Amino acid sequence: MSEREIKKGVKELSPIDVYMLLPRTNCKECGETNCMAFATKLVNREVTIEECPPLLEKMHEKAYKNLKELLAPAVKEITIGTGDSAIKVGGKLVMYRHEFAYHNPTPIAIEVTDEMPEEQLLDRVKKVENFSYEYIGREVNLDMIAVRSTSNDPSTFKSTVEKVAQATKLPLVLCTFDPNVMEAGVVAVQQRRPLIYAATKDNWKDMAELALMYNCPLTIFAPNDIKLLRSLAKTMIDYGVEDLALDPGTFIDEGLADTINNFTMVRRSACRRGDELLGFPLVGTPITAWIGEEAPKEVLAWREAYAASMLISRYADILLMHSLDGWVQLPNLVWRFNIYTDPRKPVSVESGLKAFGEPDENSPVMLTTNYALTYFTVEADIKSSGADCYLIVVDTGGISVESSIAGRLLTAEKAAEAVKEAGVEQKVKHRYLIIPGLAARLSGETEDLTGWRVLVGPKDSSGIAGFLKENWPPKE
Amino acid sequence: MGAKEEKRADLKFDPKLLDFLTDSEEIELEDVEIELGDLELWFQPGVVSAPPRVVAPPAKLKPTTLLEADFIPPIEKYPGRITEVKLGATKGEGGSRGKSILIGGATSPAFYTFESPRPNPPIISLDVFDTEVPLPKAIRTHVQEVMEDPAAWAKLAVEKYGADMVTIHLVSTDPLIKDTSPLDASKTVEQVLQAVDVPIIVGGCGDPKKDASLFKKVAEVTEGERVVLSSVTLDMAEAGVLNDVAKAAKDHGHIVLAFTALELNQARELNRRLYEFLPKDRVLMDLTTAALGYGLEYSFTIFERARLAALMGDPELQHPVLSGTTNAWAAREAWMKMGPEWEPRELRGPIWETVTALSLLLAGVDLFMMMHPAAVRTVKDVTKQLMNRGTAQPKKIADWVTAKI
Repeated sequence: MSEREIKKGVKELSPIDVYMLLPRTNCKECGETNCMAFATKLVNREVTIEECPPLLEKMHEKAYKNLKELLAPAVKEITIGTGDSAIKVGGKLVMYRHEFAYHNPTPIAIEVTDEMPEEQLLDRVKKVENFSYEYIGREVNLDMIAVRSTSNDPSTFKSTVEKVAQATKLPLVLCTFDPNVMEAGVVAVQQRRPLIYAATKDNWKDMAELALMYNCPLTIFAPNDIKLLRSLAKTMIDYGVEDLALDPGTFIDEGLADTINNFTMVRRSACRRGDELLGFPLVGTPITAWIGEEAPKEVLAWREAYAASMLISRYADILLMHSLDGWVQLPNLVWRFNIYTDPRKPVSVESGLKAFGEPDENSPVMLTTNYALTYFTVEADIKSSGADCYLIVVDTGGISVESSIAGRLLTAEKAAEAVKEAGVEQKVKHRYLIIPGLAARLSGETEDLTGWRVLVGPKDSSGIAGFLKENWPPKE
Repeated sequence: MGAKEEKRADLKFDPKLLDFLTDSEEIELEDVEIELGDLELWFQPGVVSAPPRVVAPPAKLKPTTLLEADFIPPIEKYPGRITEVKLGATKGEGGSRGKSILIGGATSPAFYTFESPRPNPPIISLDVFDTEVPLPKAIRTHVQEVMEDPAAWAKLAVEKYGADMVTIHLVSTDPLIKDTSPLDASKTVEQVLQAVDVPIIVGGCGDPKKDASLFKKVAEVTEGERVVLSSVTLDMAEAGVLNDVAKAAKDHGHIVLAFTALELNQARELNRRLYEFLPKDRVLMDLTTAALGYGLEYSFTIFERARLAALMGDPELQHPVLSGTTNAWAAREAWMKMGPEWEPRELRGPIWETVTALSLLLAGVDLFMMMHPAAVRTVKDVTKQLMNRGTAQPKKIADWVTAKI
């Protein structure tokens, strides 16, 4: 099998390359003003070529195919599940986040087994569904259920998979190395397009048949053996299975270096060498922290937690995990959210004066910076405190309070200027300014420059409600 | 179909054809022209029953044995290398440390062991403060009894928590806190140097002028110890005091930590100013560590970019890098009381610091400033594992799917 020629790096791809393949009629059917604008958005991955209706017509068939090829990611995007609850995995364009942006945040699948008592099984599924945390105005969640067959019994597996499928719409991963057991499970949810886990050097033929017959994506498992991983991928592709995922094995503690190196080599081969056999989503299994070792539950959960975070950093496109503990999942969900944000997008919010509730001339005036995370955190805390107040958002170039003070982006001069520009003098009749606790060192100088009394607020905005209760209106 | 064409299409298939095809992955017909609608195939019944797809355009047979593929590790070559920096000085080297520690020297990105083994492992320096500072409860519990004695605190950090180094933060020198004089503060440094024999980092208060006078004094009294002065900034340059500090570091044999806020051009500029006084192996960089959930991705990306640029040959970024990982505790999720589903906080806090550290470990950080003992231990364990490639035992996880948990 010939390897794909190394494609033009995503950074080098110019809108002109794309534009030349578009119909160039400026028909506006895509909603853009002209084809060039659409081409630019395509290059930035803000739209897909399917959004150009003329391109889908027969006469543009060849151009469509070429564009598809031109824009194809180094790591194939595969879909697990169907309809609204389908999740796309992989689809990576670059090796490093700063080269462009990462796409399709790593879904986390939580495992259940076919030997769990029904009550426990359904309880776990429910917990996964309800797992939610609000982070800077967005909800972060767990994403999938992985059903493992520990019974190795087809009918037991089948009935468990059925129960899980009835209980949740979340996409499923079916885990067993026994093709007979797998078939029993797949049959139960063949409309749901589960991810099959996994084909190995011993069962690949039967697993490939199942993947073909039921049109499911298929994981290849070759622990610590990338040559075998490639061989299996080559065989599967020849077999006609196109949607693959790759698991080079997750070794935690002993073998961790191999895990990190294997994931890195696979991803680099796909992104830098154009290796089509390795250009598939990577499956990480932090759940292996739980096997083969006697240790307290917290120790194993701890290992699973940090291993997951390392795999999110190093190229895992799907994670299979055991622990449902909030302290295990929260840092990973937040880290995933963070690393999949678009580094090309500004991280600041608009500076200036914001009003919360219905402030009047006696309402407090607070100050913060325009770093998005700082702002959203402060905003959420003000809202939950129910206070009517003004908030002056200082332009620090999108840097947090602490860093902008260290970097002299938030100074007394800057604060004084912001107070003046906000025009807050006309809105309130008092002259009290509440500054962040982390900006305490600016208080004296800010008083000198503004003529306002400065009150040093809490170091963390979660203390705003309590602070206002204690200190507002000012006692003197 | 005329008689002539009929004769032309009268192909004879070898009866052994099927046997030949059994092991084929793919059949390619050479020198065959097929005009659709004009083709008729004749098979003699009983002689051969090749399926029609044998002749239909490119048909594939499913492989029956595993197809072999090779794997060549995708090794790249880098023109650049990270400078090796020696921290601390032993008696023989002009100081009084039990041993000195080398960091840096990398010739490929962090833990791309398949390209080249990492010459020096990343290390950890534990934070010690010279005055009471607000600490999250989860951390305070571990240092409560030594919080008023920096020397005892340093000793605890080394002996109990396995610190490779200790950072003595002279926070009390802040004009807005106690305004401790450089002379008094440097006495604290001397006490710490006597209490432990690991290399040390000396932290200032963040006020450029005060730090400059502090560092000059500290540099003098710790002559030859190769301490790290944390940190020098462009603000010092603006205040006209950077050169004095750089010169003091040079004259008394120390290292400076060049701090910039998530901006590589500033990092380069600051380093250029330092090169006027100091050799490259006397400079470390701190590119800013934001907490997980509060901008860690910017830190991750800036450290990753700096390391790749350095390896690609950017001479102004080829320095070992430091992360102030204790900043992880600025995240409210690390210390705040939340609902019961997020408890216990005693684990949530240290895992927050751990994940912050490990993310940056993979981005290239060489030296971590940390606090929580569990986070410190984990980073040490992980580092030890990461330095040791070739230990994976496939058998151990081969059947994880059926494992009872």
